[in-house]
Amino acid sequence: MAKVHVTTSVNNQPQEFLCEPQESLLNCLRDEINLTGTKEGCATGDCGACSVLVDGRLVCSCLMLGVEAEGKEVTTIEGIAEPDGLHVIQQKFLEHAALQCGICTPGFIVAAKALLDKHKDPDEETIRYWLAGNLCRCTGYDKIIRAVQDAAKELAA
Amino acid sequence: MSSYSYAAPTSVDEAVEVLATNAASGQRTQCLAGGTDVLVQMSSVDREPRLLVDVKHIEETNAIDIGNNEIYIGAAIPSAILNENEELKALLPGLIESADLIGSTQIQGRASIGGNLCNSSPAGDTIPALIAVGAQCVIAGPDGTREVATEDFITGVGTNCMSDSEFLLGLKIPRPGARTSDAYLRFIPRTEMDIAVAGAGVALTLDENGVCTAARVSIGAVAPTALLVQEAADALIGTNVDDVALQAAADACSAAASPISDKRGTVVYRRKVVGVLCKRAGAIARDRASA
Ligand SMILES: Cc1cc2nc3c(=O)[nH]c(=O)nc-3n(C[C@H](O)[C@H](O)[C@H](O)COP(=O)(O)OP(=O)(O)OC[C@H]3O[C@@H](n4cnc5c(N)ncnc54)[C@H](O)[C@@H]3O)c2cc1C
Ligand code: FES
Ligand code: FES
Repeated sequence: MAKVHVTTSVNNQPQEFLCEPQESLLNCLRDEINLTGTKEGCATGDCGACSVLVDGRLVCSCLMLGVEAEGKEVTTIEGIAEPDGLHVIQQKFLEHAALQCGICTPGFIVAAKALLDKHKDPDEETIRYWLAGNLCRCTGYDKIIRAVQDAAKELAA
Repeated sequence: MSSYSYAAPTSVDEAVEVLATNAASGQRTQCLAGGTDVLVQMSSVDREPRLLVDVKHIEETNAIDIGNNEIYIGAAIPSAILNENEELKALLPGLIESADLIGSTQIQGRASIGGNLCNSSPAGDTIPALIAVGAQCVIAGPDGTREVATEDFITGVGTNCMSDSEFLLGLKIPRPGARTSDAYLRFIPRTEMDIAVAGAGVALTLDENGVCTAARVSIGAVAPTALLVQEAADALIGTNVDDVALQAAADACSAAASPISDKRGTVVYRRKVVGVLCKRAGAIARDRASA
């Protein structure tokens, strides 16, 4: 089977790539267009390390085909920072030491971005439920929650 | 077929044509909605190459139509979108809750009710909720469309009544009238991200005096397919849905269950829990209907 030609937009840039029909969007991002910020933890939808936004909606890129990105707008961790520096959420993760090994961090930040785009002032329970699909084996979650709460506060200010 | 291929038809006719042509050629075909079951299976238990037919680019699988008598929900709509529809949530709170229980925020960005139903797992959360509200499955095929009640749609563990050249367009649900509501509850060992040990959906109608005039009760994860439990509904109809009636319905659910023992729960435990869930879901549906 010939590879499929996909025309899409990644982080607001037009992007084309060739992929096998069964290849996940995660593998296309990492292997076809060399955006390796998006991580693979499980490839079964359980860990959230592969989180990206597709047309603004939070999804696991491991459970979406690359060919399904045709005509879509994909946002990855590489598209979160502002032109003049880190996004507030990224900054707060650093300040609160909300990461150790860092493998889960791109997924958490993309998921937190989706949360704060939708809920300006989420309570702790909302944050914890929203991020329930993001697993972290290092931090114990608390610092991540604090970082997101602090980012929400700063974004609202 | 020696390698995978992918098609994204944009009309019902085109989709049926693709499915029928491929079925006739003896090649394996599988529909793809949100892919949250399909992609997991493709990378683990079922790697066999096939044609994936993406059903998300068809108007009818994406439409929501809230009519005076009937509600139509497209098969491929992700649960995140259903959950953002306040009118739908107000009319069918139990069904939308069941969709909202599926996986994480990320999973809900893609997972559809149609996919949950067509995957036909005994533990699929939306299935008892769909049975409770009396959903009809609208199936498209070479001879046009046909409708099948949800309780008859699923034929066994992972199997349903559709042929290889058919696919699910959407679900038709009678619009709940006055003093009618529904609820779905499941039990999982954690608070998020797990598969139901047992589940129960209840839909009911009350009259002005709070007497139940119609009810449907369905249970999931306690038999090879979700079941419509008529005895449980009968236990509620004609009562005020008080504790005595709810206990009778619960007992009927426990009796109807034929669960298996696995790491999530034993036969005895599942039987007990499914009754408790019926009782609690019944009370929620009653309170909603009288609100
Ligand atoms: C991390 C994780 C957590 C999960 N948690 C839950 C949970 O709590 N509860 C639960 O019930 N499920 C859960 N699931 C399973 C899955 O997400 C659901 O079953 C979901 O509803 C499937 O929908 P989908 O649109 O992704 O289906 P897909 O994966 O696209 O399809 C599922 C099946 O249905 C068929 N199909 C899909 N649409 C159609 C159609 N229109 N016509 C014909 N056939 C069709 C496909 O061919 C396939 O066999 C979970 C999955 C993951 C990965
Ligand atoms: S890699 Fe996608 S959820 Fe774990
Ligand atoms: S920082 Fe290591 S997994 Fe989260």
